[in-house]
Formats: sequence, structure tokens, C-alpha cells
Amino acid sequence: MASEEAPVKAVQVKLVLLGEAAVGKSSLVLRFCSNDFNENTSPTIGAAFLTQKCRLENRIVKFEIWDTAGQERFHSLAPMYYRNAAAAVVVYDITKAASLEKAKAWVKELQRQANPNIVIALVGNKLDLVSDGPAKSVDEPAEATTDAEGDDSTPPPPSTTAQPSSSDSDDLRQVSTAEAETYAKESSLLFFEASAKTGANVSELFTEIAKTIPMESLAPKPAQGAAAAGGRGGRQEQGRGENVQLGEGQQAKKGGCC
Amino acid sequence: MDEEYDVIVLGTGLTECILSGLLSVDGQKVLHMDRNDYYGGDSASLNLTQLYQKFRGTPPPESLQLGRDRDYAVDLIPKFILSSGELTRMLVHTDVVRYLEFKVVAGSYVYRDGRISKVPSTEMEAVRSPLMGLFEKRRARNFFQYLQNWKEADPATHQGLDINKCSMKDVYTKFGLEAGTQDFIGHAMALWLDDDYITKPARPTIDRIILYTQSMARYGKSPYIYPLYGLGELPQAFARLSAIYGGTYMLDKQIESVNVDENGVFTGVTSGGETVRAKKVIGDPSYFGAGKDLESGGKVRVIEIGKVIRAICILKHPIPGTDDSDSAQIIIPQNQVGRRNDIYIATVSSAHNVAAQNVWIAMVSTIVETSVPEREILPGLQLLGNVVDKFVSITPLYAPTSPGTDENIFITKSYDATSHFETVVEEVFDVWQRVKGEKLVLKKREVELEA
Repeated sequence: MASEEAPVKAVQVKLVLLGEAAVGKSSLVLRFCSNDFNENTSPTIGAAFLTQKCRLENRIVKFEIWDTAGQERFHSLAPMYYRNAAAAVVVYDITKAASLEKAKAWVKELQRQANPNIVIALVGNKLDLVSDGPAKSVDEPAEATTDAEGDDSTPPPPSTTAQPSSSDSDDLRQVSTAEAETYAKESSLLFFEASAKTGANVSELFTEIAKTIPMESLAPKPAQGAAAAGGRGGRQEQGRGENVQLGEGQQAKKGGCC
Repeated sequence: MDEEYDVIVLGTGLTECILSGLLSVDGQKVLHMDRNDYYGGDSASLNLTQLYQKFRGTPPPESLQLGRDRDYAVDLIPKFILSSGELTRMLVHTDVVRYLEFKVVAGSYVYRDGRISKVPSTEMEAVRSPLMGLFEKRRARNFFQYLQNWKEADPATHQGLDINKCSMKDVYTKFGLEAGTQDFIGHAMALWLDDDYITKPARPTIDRIILYTQSMARYGKSPYIYPLYGLGELPQAFARLSAIYGGTYMLDKQIESVNVDENGVFTGVTSGGETVRAKKVIGDPSYFGAGKDLESGGKVRVIEIGKVIRAICILKHPIPGTDDSDSAQIIIPQNQVGRRNDIYIATVSSAHNVAAQNVWIAMVSTIVETSVPEREILPGLQLLGNVVDKFVSITPLYAPTSPGTDENIFITKSYDATSHFETVVEEVFDVWQRVKGEKLVLKKREVELEA
């Protein structure tokens, strides 16, 4: 779905990831941004944030995705992390009941700390580990899964989580779809079960978030607008109340769109 | 906690966070702890509840109608960032700048003969400025032109002055500058806190004037920039850099002891009954016995080198005489009020997301000279107009008693009374040298650019 560059300006939104360690936060983002998956990712190192565009019919949303960088481990996430986030993806592992409880705590934290209009999506990851998944990802299942398998075929590391399709792995599921969905509804959260490994529901998740973010609330942000108008490397005198840009080319970017 | 770390860092002040960010990027395994449940230590920015809790032990009084708690980020130390200074360079080189947004501070003012005047930021303002008479302006212009043309390698531009040897007094004399102009240049531009510089070699003062004018030229209005949401964003941003490179963060951890072996060499720290081992420790003075008679080990590791008084004032109007600025610095040179050290006022407001709408936060500070420090800041408080509420603290400044290289215990200095972060960066370079035994070289982080 590339090509056809519409002359629409991308709206940049900050999206933060939350959830217990090792539920697959970074893997979901890696799948979304690079359509890639690593079986044994070490805890997140080296990436400040990734960006990825999401094209909708009437607009382009450019996600600036912030990873916790492990600061969630001992509850030491800085307020800066939540600051100005328009969306949050709260991840749990459907094979670990305790991770949903952690997710609920993060939702509470977001409601306390973050912007009141923030769009929160609850995501049960590791759908590939159970075979009964309700999310019969209707759209483009073939493409996504073949890609993923292609990646996996390279080095098959010793992993107990390997064979997703093999029969009786159902009992790995510890969080039922109904339970999580009910909670999500009660708390007005978007809800998905997904797999970073196969790619199931990953782009659907981000597309839905992009559709749900109230753009009106983002557009007329005076400070941002002024900063953009001031331009990069605006070394000259700037008008009253405008922001300044210090470095040049200061944003990490990953190409592509969804 | 069985893991062993290369470095444990105690306290999440800006100095410590820059160091742990740089050490993590360098590949060191860092554990960073703080006794508070918030980032920033002595350089934190607090919301209203935290502010009142810290100073009064009570919630904010409803009667003052200060607005929403979360709209506040009140700095505990009054500092701005010189836009062409070393901290800016560090922010850009580490790419930490991407986590932050900055605004130019709207104006820099200086107190003279009972009133405040803007430090001129343009030629036009200089011509109109009441700070100097017509002839003095001409002499001052000659002085600035001299600085502009001065080149180390070209003796013809030195006009017979060896600024590395001659005193600043000699320079002032050569250009025939009046005492008031000297006050202005030495205190409002070179940002010296007292007059000791006058009899010392001129070079450092001239470097500082050049830094000031370059910073002023970068964005206009004033030489300073300030981060939205307060100075507390700075340590958070460097902490994130550290975390991204594998640093582990633990807040709300009381440190029971800093442990050493029989030779006095650091072995680890104990927190919550658990002991974590590491090769080295870096920390702010409060973790090494500052303010206590004797540390448990019996060794005196930090000494008091002075005291600073700071008054955080909540206002519902801009400071009179500052052209309704959303932010400003006002310097009261010591000579003007018969003191040895200058009095500084720094003000920021809702324009910087540090206070509710129509609220200004002003901080008056100076180095304590007498036994009644509250009286010393009166000349500053008198410029503010009506103060809604005021929090005064008298803070001892500490410095380590030794470089710490023998014990692998590296203690940082308290935040001084200067109005900017240049000394904080000097401190970072110094501690790095002590910890690593080599000079800190800033490498630019790899940045992927959009295709």
C-alpha cells in the first residue's frame, strides 16, 4: 500500500508503551515499525524512540513511539514519559494472569498522570502461544504470517515457545478474552489480542488507535505550531513565546507506513 | 539483588543523571538509586503537593486558589541554561535534546540606582538603554569591538594588553569604563557573583563575556533558554538516556549504608536490608553524611563550603518593571546594595508549563553572608510586589573532602549559587576524570535520519 503520496501533512503523536517486563512491548513495536520479530530480544537497549506513519483515508498519523527502556521494572518511570502522550498501549501476556493485573495498575497510573484525553489500548500479546484465539485476524492474515515465518526460519533458537500451531497449547492461556474485554469496556479502553511474533492484529491495533485519537485536540496546540513555524535551526530571533530548536536533525526515524 | 554493577549512582540530581547517562552509553553497568520517590534530588521540580509537603508538611491551602496541582513544576534551584553554553552542547551531543522543549527566557535585567533596566539584546536597545550615558556608551562600544576583533594569534588585535596576564582592572582602565559599567559587565554579563575577579587575570572574565554575547546572539531577547515543565526535566531526560543504554533505576530507596572493606575501598550499598555490590559509587553529598555529625564509618567525606538562601515566591502577576515578561532574570550587583555577593531573581510562569495560568514563580537567592540571611534577600523581595506565598530555605553547600580515587567513592558538589549550569558541566567533566582516569570526550550519538 505504498505510493500515492497525498499532500496531507502528517500529524505527529506521542504513543507510550506500558506493561510488565517481558510481555512483548518492544516486540509489538518492532513488528509494527519494521515488520520484524526477534525470538530472544534482550531488554530494550539503544533506541530512544521509533517513529512509524499510519495512513488513514483522511489523514496521516505519525506515531512517535516511546519504550519504557526498562524503567517500569522498579516503578521508576519519570513523569516525562507520560507527558503529552496522545496514546498509550498497555500490554499484558495472555499466558500470564498476573500481567493483566499489572496492566490494570498501569491504566490507573495513566488515568492519574497522563493527559485526560489519552487514548488507551489494552493489548493481550502472545496470541501465537494459544490456538483457540478469538482474533481470527480476518484481514490480510496470509501476508503478515508468511513474513514472520520467513524471519523465524533463519536461526531457530532453543525456545519452548516455538510451535505455535501445534495442537494442545490451549492450556497456556491464562487470561480469557472475555475477562480482558469486559475490563477494557468498563474502563473505555480499546482492546486487542495480538501476536508480535506472527503479526496478527498488530497493524490493526495501531490503525484503530490512529482513528480514535481526537485530532481536533492535537491540531491547535499553540506551542507546537509555533515551534514548527520557527523551523529547524531557527537561529535568528524568534517571536514572543516561541520554542527553540537546539540540535539539527534530532529525531530518529524509521521509514515506511502501514 | 545478586547482580554486581560497575557503578552505583546515588541521587538523581542533574549532575548524577548526566554522569549515569554518559557511563551507560560508555557501556558501564549502572544502578541508579534515589531515596525520594521522584527524580531530580536537589535539582527537582515539584508539583504543589510535593512543594507544600517538603516545606510545610501540609497540603496546599485552598484559600490561595492556586489551581491544579499537576500544572505546577516548581524548581528547587534557580538556574537557566546559557544557550551557547556547555550544557547545551552536552544536550545536543547526547541527543537528549529530543526529549525536551525549550523556550527563550524573555529578558535579562540588572538593578541600578534603585530601578531595574533591561540588559540590551540588540543595537537598538543598547542605544536607548538608560544604563549608560552617551559618552560611556561610546567607550563601552570600543570595549566590545575590541573583544569582537581579538584574536589569540594576532598580537595587533591585542592593543598592547596581554589578557592572560593583565588584570580585568587593567582592561577596564584602558577603555576608561566607569564603576557602574564595570558592575554591569562583571556581574550582568560575565556573571561573577562577587568582585574578586577584578584583580585576577582578565582572560576568564573575557571568555565569560564572549559566552554571554554569543548566547544572547543565538536567539535574541536573553542569553538563556529554559525547558518546558521545569528544570526537573533535565535529570529525567538524562536518566532516560541511561535507561535506554541499560541503566537500572530504583526510586524510593532508603540507603542504609555505603559499605567499604578493611582498606576503606567501596564494596557496595545496603538498601532495604539488601546489599548490592559494585566497583564504584558516585553520589551527591547527602548520601555521604552531609548535614550529619559523623557518618557511620566515622570518616568525614564532605565539608560545608558555604550557605545559600533561596526564597521560592508564588506571584499572581509578572515582576514589575520586566515589561510583563513571562520569564526573566534580574541581577542585583553587590555594590548596588552594599553586599559582597550578588542577589539573583529568576522568574518563570505558566508559559513554561511550570505553574497554573496567571501564576509566576520567582526565586530570590544569594550566598549567605550574615546570621540573618532572610534580611539579606530583602532588596530582591521588594522588587516582586505582592507575594502570595513564600518558601525560604537556607541550604549548606557541600564539597567532597577528597577526590575519592583511592576508595572508589566519588562525591559530587552541591548546586552552587550561579544562575546557570556551566559549573554543573565542569563538575561532570571533573567527576568523569576521577572515575574513569581519562578525559571525557563527547561523542555524538548515531542518529538515523528520515529517508
